[in-house]
Amino acid sequence: MSRYFTEDHEWIDVDGDVGTVGISDYAQGALGDIVFVDVPEEGRELTKGDEAAVVESVKAASDVYAPVSGTVIEGNAQLSDEPALVNSDPEGEGWFFKITLSDASELEALMDETAYAAFVAKL
Amino acid sequence: MSDATDLNVEDAPEGQEIIQTLPLDAWHRARGGRMVPFAGYHMPVQYEGIMAEHLWTRESAGLFDVSHMGQVVFTGENGLAPVITALEKVLPGDITGLGDRKNRYSLLLNEEGGILDDLMVTKRTLDGADELYMVVNGATKYDDIAYLLDFIPDDATLNLLDEQALLALQGPKAVDALARIVPGVEDLVFMTAADFVWHDVPLWISRSGYTGEDGYEISIPADHAAAFADLLCEQAEVKPIGLGARDSLRLEAGLPLYGHDLDPETTPVMADLGFALAKKRREAADFLGAGRILAERENGPAVKRVGLTVAGRQPVREGASVVAEDGSVIGRVTSGGFAPSLGAPIAMAYVPTDLAAPGTAVKLLQRGKTHDATVTAMPFVPHRYVRSGAK
Repeated sequence: MSRYFTEDHEWIDVDGDVGTVGISDYAQGALGDIVFVDVPEEGRELTKGDEAAVVESVKAASDVYAPVSGTVIEGNAQLSDEPALVNSDPEGEGWFFKITLSDASELEALMDETAYAAFVAKL
Repeated sequence: MSDATDLNVEDAPEGQEIIQTLPLDAWHRARGGRMVPFAGYHMPVQYEGIMAEHLWTRESAGLFDVSHMGQVVFTGENGLAPVITALEKVLPGDITGLGDRKNRYSLLLNEEGGILDDLMVTKRTLDGADELYMVVNGATKYDDIAYLLDFIPDDATLNLLDEQALLALQGPKAVDALARIVPGVEDLVFMTAADFVWHDVPLWISRSGYTGEDGYEISIPADHAAAFADLLCEQAEVKPIGLGARDSLRLEAGLPLYGHDLDPETTPVMADLGFALAKKRREAADFLGAGRILAERENGPAVKRVGLTVAGRQPVREGASVVAEDGSVIGRVTSGGFAPSLGAPIAMAYVPTDLAAPGTAVKLLQRGKTHDATVTAMPFVPHRYVRSGAK
């Protein structure tokens, strides 16, 4: 399984043709206390860069973009009861949605963990 | 990921791009405050997190730096009375009848009765001089001063106290913490003020604030502010709190924020601030916009500021529309967010007056999504001001 990151602070774990998407630890730290997450419904078709989810902190709403194109197969239902999972475990239990990749070559434009760490260090 | 809605505390008003440094700038940074531009200054939006800071203030005591606000003093060569008479042209409160060392909330009005700012006024005598001490919003202070200078008499003086910092200590344990350092503050009651001395440093302290909690606002010479803030934070009850929690606290308290819930298009009656119109002044009808304001008071304004509880958990924020059943836009949300004390989203909005009664169901439209909401009496969280007695 490989993990990739976007410059907009989404991460995607890829296992075969299924990706799991969330926001990075850096992103949750910048947002602060998360109070609501709107995840995409099963079956939704997303094109890379589409607004896929909304994450709301006490102060602000932020869009979460699809890091790749594909079809949503599951939104994380646990987040509706426990949005704070995004703060406590952003790159694990606080995932947003799972997607089947329609074009795996899109991953080539994303950063790996090392590149993302270097990217964040410069922010 | 990107911000769809900016932190409203980051809204830099036009003409306020100049970033100045406040007396406690380094103090905030040393304590881990996340600094953002606000009202022409760098200000701490949060330290450990808005939710924790908000709840701490409701339970204990939070220290806020509000030094960006304008502290203004008026004096008159021929006494204060002519100055007050002149100021009452633009302030609809009874300033003449204000007791010594009593605070009053008032509004700065334009020709049309629209609100240019909301502010606090106190009468005081310091070093033998009769003064009117006024605290105005940071983002509007220079405009306010330019405007006020047009109204005060030639023999009056307006001084901006830009060498004074302003701290707000808010919360149910504020009295315990502050009285340990400045004995006597426990004898003040809500909306009264007095001068105190701390290690030869003169302090002007009022029992007031903008969180709905008991608490104090402390004016202190800027070069002593960091030492005083350090001492406050050494008290077990006190933590520093950022602007983020200040905004969520005042929203829960039902208190309007200038530039968001109040603006020059809004009258005191529309804003549901009728209490700021003194009876004596209404009868005299001698302030700017009195004709319009009094007619609105008599006949009801077209729109009115209300509180809303929002169904579900998603916050509905400033800029969202209030919509009728047929989808037509009938109002606007002027403040909105998640209420940490309630664990639910709340908002303030302007709606047609026939929809302003508590219990009325309305719909809100935000980013293409409709939210159910109910008009709710404010405050959302009860005020806990100390109106009499020592504690």
